Amino acid sequence: MEKSKKIGEFLLNYALYILLGAILVTVSIIKPNFIAINNILNIMKQASTKGILALGCAGIIVLGGTDLSIGRMLGLAAAVTASLVQSVTYASRYYTGMTEQLPLIVPLLAAIAVCVLLSAINGFGVSKLHMHAFIITLGTQLIAYGANCIYIESQPSGSAQALSTFDRNFLNKAAGNLMIGTVRIPYVIIYFAALSIIMWVVWNKTRLGKNMFAVGGNTEAAAVSGVSVTKTIMYVYLLAGVLYGIASFLEAARIQSVGANTGINYELDAISACVIGGVSFTGGVGTIQGVVIGAVILQAINYSLYFLGVNAYLQYIIRGLIIVLAVAIDVRKYLVKK
Amino acid sequence: MDQHQYMLEMIDIDKSFPGVHALDRAQFKLRPGTIHSLMGENGAGKSTLMKCLFGIYKKDSGTIRIDGKEVDFANPKHALDNGVAMVHQELNQVLHRNVMENVWLGRLPLKKYGLVDSKLMFAETMETFRDLEINISPTAIIGTLSVSQRQMVEIAKAVSYHAKILVLDEPTSSLTEKEVDHLFRIIRKLTVQGVGIIYISHRMDEILRISDDITVMRDGQWIATKPANELDTNELIRLMVNRDLTHRFPGKTNKPDGTMMSVSHLSGKYEPTFHDVSFTLRKGEILGVAGLMGSRRTELLNTIFGVFTKESGEIEVDGKVIDITSPEMAKRNGFALITEERRATGLFPLMNIYFNTIIANIGKYGKVILSQRKIASDTQSSIQSLKVKTASAKTAIRSLSGGNQQKVIIGRWLLTKPEILLLDEPTRGIDVGAKFEIYQLIINLANEGKGIVMVSSEMPELLGICDRILVMSNGRLAGIVERGKDFGGVAGEQEHILKLAGTYI
Repeated sequence: MEKSKKIGEFLLNYALYILLGAILVTVSIIKPNFIAINNILNIMKQASTKGILALGCAGIIVLGGTDLSIGRMLGLAAAVTASLVQSVTYASRYYTGMTEQLPLIVPLLAAIAVCVLLSAINGFGVSKLHMHAFIITLGTQLIAYGANCIYIESQPSGSAQALSTFDRNFLNKAAGNLMIGTVRIPYVIIYFAALSIIMWVVWNKTRLGKNMFAVGGNTEAAAVSGVSVTKTIMYVYLLAGVLYGIASFLEAARIQSVGANTGINYELDAISACVIGGVSFTGGVGTIQGVVIGAVILQAINYSLYFLGVNAYLQYIIRGLIIVLAVAIDVRKYLVKK
Repeated sequence: MDQHQYMLEMIDIDKSFPGVHALDRAQFKLRPGTIHSLMGENGAGKSTLMKCLFGIYKKDSGTIRIDGKEVDFANPKHALDNGVAMVHQELNQVLHRNVMENVWLGRLPLKKYGLVDSKLMFAETMETFRDLEINISPTAIIGTLSVSQRQMVEIAKAVSYHAKILVLDEPTSSLTEKEVDHLFRIIRKLTVQGVGIIYISHRMDEILRISDDITVMRDGQWIATKPANELDTNELIRLMVNRDLTHRFPGKTNKPDGTMMSVSHLSGKYEPTFHDVSFTLRKGEILGVAGLMGSRRTELLNTIFGVFTKESGEIEVDGKVIDITSPEMAKRNGFALITEERRATGLFPLMNIYFNTIIANIGKYGKVILSQRKIASDTQSSIQSLKVKTASAKTAIRSLSGGNQQKVIIGRWLLTKPEILLLDEPTRGIDVGAKFEIYQLIINLANEGKGIVMVSSEMPELLGICDRILVMSNGRLAGIVERGKDFGGVAGEQEHILKLAGTYI
């Protein structure tokens, strides 16, 4: 009886992975061409931008917070990027005074600056004003959305259309491919991999990473051990801002047209990736490997639903159920049983 | 002795919280290389004074000098950087992380490129543990250790700062006698190196054994500082409570008679918990429950009351087996529970006294619309009969003193007309005068034929008002001490209880 109880416990704790595995296996059986290398690369490519967002917000969740502003922040930063990378031969470009393409570092830094600034507001609200992350990020979400709309509506051409027609060099660098033989590996996968490694080092090998786990796991213990709780929270938010900025830059290149609704609901994918990857909402628990796997699994599921031709609205329902299941299992795992 | 001989002087320290004057011109002076104990009842202000020193609380006024130089630490880091380390009463640890990360938290050693040097951290932790003869792996996850192991890790951590001044706030609350001896060897070694130790404990015998000087506090005020060899237990108690031991407790008038509850082979379900505990409770009896921190006394009360899940065992009340699976059910069966953590699980701090008084009994005031008139009259009579000191019943409970808050909570449960009261540390954080009133109240309830189970970490109060004392040790029942039998008086009983408390560790 003990044994069957243990097996039951195991099944329950890993129910999510079993279910997700089952979906992927089923899809592969029904449509064997699902596991073609191009499909896998496609999934990885789509997982990459949201994966980078997830790398950022995972730290905030480890602190016991959340970030609802990610999507709109990305929208604003992508719009700023877009306006700076429009082809100089395009007549209705945003900056008509721009007669030569800017070095790519300029739009990249601009995107990072936008996200770092908004993240700094979030971090300040949480660490200094002791606001709940949910509320302050809800506020910045609206601020970012409003700012994005105003920015796009202020085009000198008088148009309120999405910003498009980007410089080739930008598209090549941000959304191009690395050719290895006949296989085209999207750069964005390489960027995601590199950032994941950097974040793994930050989380596991630096003071900031360890302090982050301490503050998220037991704020009081961190404080009496001489850890600056305010600084730690602030740095985690700023770092998230940097990652959001990079993701915005890459996303602009991927979608090639940035409008008022760019980025909408991206936070849900980023947060879902974290939760599926085992970053606990109770704080203090999580791994980068988990976040990466979470981002890839989430995208694989999205892709396979699309691949199977599942009704688009039904896809939403399934994705919603996956998040609910992931959180239910997480809560169960870390709930102090009495 | 010369003024300059003090390594630490705390002069006229004042600190107020809403409703409480926690420190009232408190004084404390520490000589280098000595162990100076700080004594006083719960709520006397010992921890508050130390938290003011360590930068956790900001003092309202007063002067702190270290080696003659005035200091005022803004936060714990500042204190640690200036040679003051502290073992906190609460085990402040990050449970999901390992031992060495907890030990080095706030000062993680770095190697090249700003990376944390785990090897160095491991080696230094090992060395500290070896010095202190502690046998715990630096890579073990803190949450998997026992409470006493965690306490030893906290002590090792504090020592590893190589501080000039080391504050130990109840470091032995979960340690066995053997581990306490071990701790004392460590402390003595430190004093030889010139470290000044501030030692807080409420174990009288420990204090008298280890201290050079003793300072006694009461109600946030400095009462006396004397060399330990000029003091004895009776004198210490007199200084602490300002009345003779004989007047510290009201006269016991209750007469236990006839079994009202029997608990047999009760075990909790989820670890850490207790196993196979059996005892009986008589009508009109005050049954004490003694044990070290981590002996699972709180879990026992909470399981009886249905807050925690029981694995096996039976509870019989008035000859009838009852299966309690929720506090709601426990309440219907005539149980009441006063929890240990008043602020966390007892009070609704922002709500007024009306709300806090009637909340456990809310079904009695109407099915849909509650009768304000009945609520007001019940609250008023509760305030009057328990002598709650408050300006009005509309006052938010958090602005009351600890003792008055506790009276409101007891009043809350008396409204449910309980037969069996489970009291978990009922006098924690309450001043001496209010304690006496609570004791009197408990005895009065026993006089009315109610059964009382009282968990307490204060030996004098267990010996002062209990008829029998059940002793828990590491989740098991170690024995039940019948008062006035076999142990040759109070001192013998106390010794026997302490011995029992270490049985299964």
